[in-house]
Amino acid sequence: MIAADQLAEVFVEVADTLVDDFDVIEFLETLTKHTADVSSTASAGLLLADAHGQLQYMAASAESVKLLELFQLQYQEGPCLDCFRTGTAVINTDLHEAAGRWPLFAPRAVEAGFQSVHAFPLRHRQRVIGALNMFSTNTGLLEPGDVRILQSLADIATIGLLQERSIRSGEVLTEQLQGALNSRITIEQAKGVLARTHGVDVNAAFELMRHYARRHHYRLTDIAQAIVTDPTSHPDLTTQGTPQVPSP
Amino acid sequence: MTASQGRLAHANQLIDDEPTDPHGAPGTIGRLERLCTALTRSLPATGVGVSLLTEDHQGGGTVAASSAASRRLEELQFSLGEGPCIDAYTSRRPVLEPDLTTHGMRRWPGYARAACDHGVQAVFAFPLQVGAARVGALDVYRVEPGSLTADGLTQAVTFAEVAMGLLVDGQDGAPDGRTITDLDDALAYRLEVYQAQGMVMVDLGVTIDEAMARFRGHAYAEGRPVSDVARDIVAGRLRLKRDAP
Repeated sequence: MIAADQLAEVFVEVADTLVDDFDVIEFLETLTKHTADVSSTASAGLLLADAHGQLQYMAASAESVKLLELFQLQYQEGPCLDCFRTGTAVINTDLHEAAGRWPLFAPRAVEAGFQSVHAFPLRHRQRVIGALNMFSTNTGLLEPGDVRILQSLADIATIGLLQERSIRSGEVLTEQLQGALNSRITIEQAKGVLARTHGVDVNAAFELMRHYARRHHYRLTDIAQAIVTDPTSHPDLTTQGTPQVPSP
Repeated sequence: MTASQGRLAHANQLIDDEPTDPHGAPGTIGRLERLCTALTRSLPATGVGVSLLTEDHQGGGTVAASSAASRRLEELQFSLGEGPCIDAYTSRRPVLEPDLTTHGMRRWPGYARAACDHGVQAVFAFPLQVGAARVGALDVYRVEPGSLTADGLTQAVTFAEVAMGLLVDGQDGAPDGRTITDLDDALAYRLEVYQAQGMVMVDLGVTIDEAMARFRGHAYAEGRPVSDVARDIVAGRLRLKRDAP
């Protein structure tokens, strides 16, 4: 189980990102990284439902998990889909014994080096708006305390998306959710622009963009929007031949 | 076919089923007008309008509406300089106002009063956008106050996606007899499609709106799914050429 001081740090940092003018994509990426930290052997990903009730990729703590999230969306099976459909958590599922439940997904997740999987619903009143997915490289079971912590992190993700308490919260949540989904698309477009400009792959392009945003204290979504709407707006980042390689 | 592709196909069918006005506009605008009447009938709503906006807020205007009254409500936003469609475009997210007489009155004092005078008490605006590429907004008007149902919301978002597709493809868009949904899953979850749009922007030296249109145009011309073309572009196997049609 996660140590108390480490847990405190997780919540303090997550709460910090919720203050004022936070960037929703950055917030969800941070949240998946902290979700992964709850267990030393884990990685995490997060999916949100669009207006079609279809889950879309939003954030992941590692590239291998991102691919597994996309795989679930592509084949419409896996813990996140089950969690989203039923509104209940999927806990302590041994991937070696899950081939019956997820014939395509389970072998793929095992191949990626994972042994067990968990998924927690993002809930708002009666509505399920997404799922937080955690993969472990060992088969150790989550303890009840860990389960509560992970569900709380999923709840924090919902609160972050809601941003304001309001009697109009149903409307606000829909507005926020759609805005967040579109931010993800903008970031992908900006990755494409930077990848082509600097002749690097899209993951390296994302690191360039994130590094630049952090160094200059810009919100990631704002930078992505600027790059796509006006490629000359940040010459340090968008001029060919001058990539700002992130320092290790 | 995914759930969203099914809904897109259904929306296109409803638009096809709308009677064609012999005095109506031809081409894209005519189809957008039928989109407005189809959505009005399907929800149901009092009216639907589509307006274009520009980054600098200098151009833009109403391009289609389900009725003369809806068109007036659209145009009013441009003359007053405030309203849900402008906010949806600016904030890049839906603007849902179920009660113009209370909360909406504080949000847009001039516009809400004018809308109420026209007998409209709820308005829902949906940006026409794919990531950073945005062209305008679609507005749904209702006489009665109250929220859209979850299904109504899905329908409105789906029609907004169809409208975005029509506006991106323009007059010489998808070949006859082929709907956007046959070839296009650009609005589904494939991240490569969006990455490819950004890459085409650089390859052709054009805006993201035009990059989207050229990218889709290439897929239509080759008769290939958008996602396949995207994969080739992202992998560096395909570069659209600047002088390509």
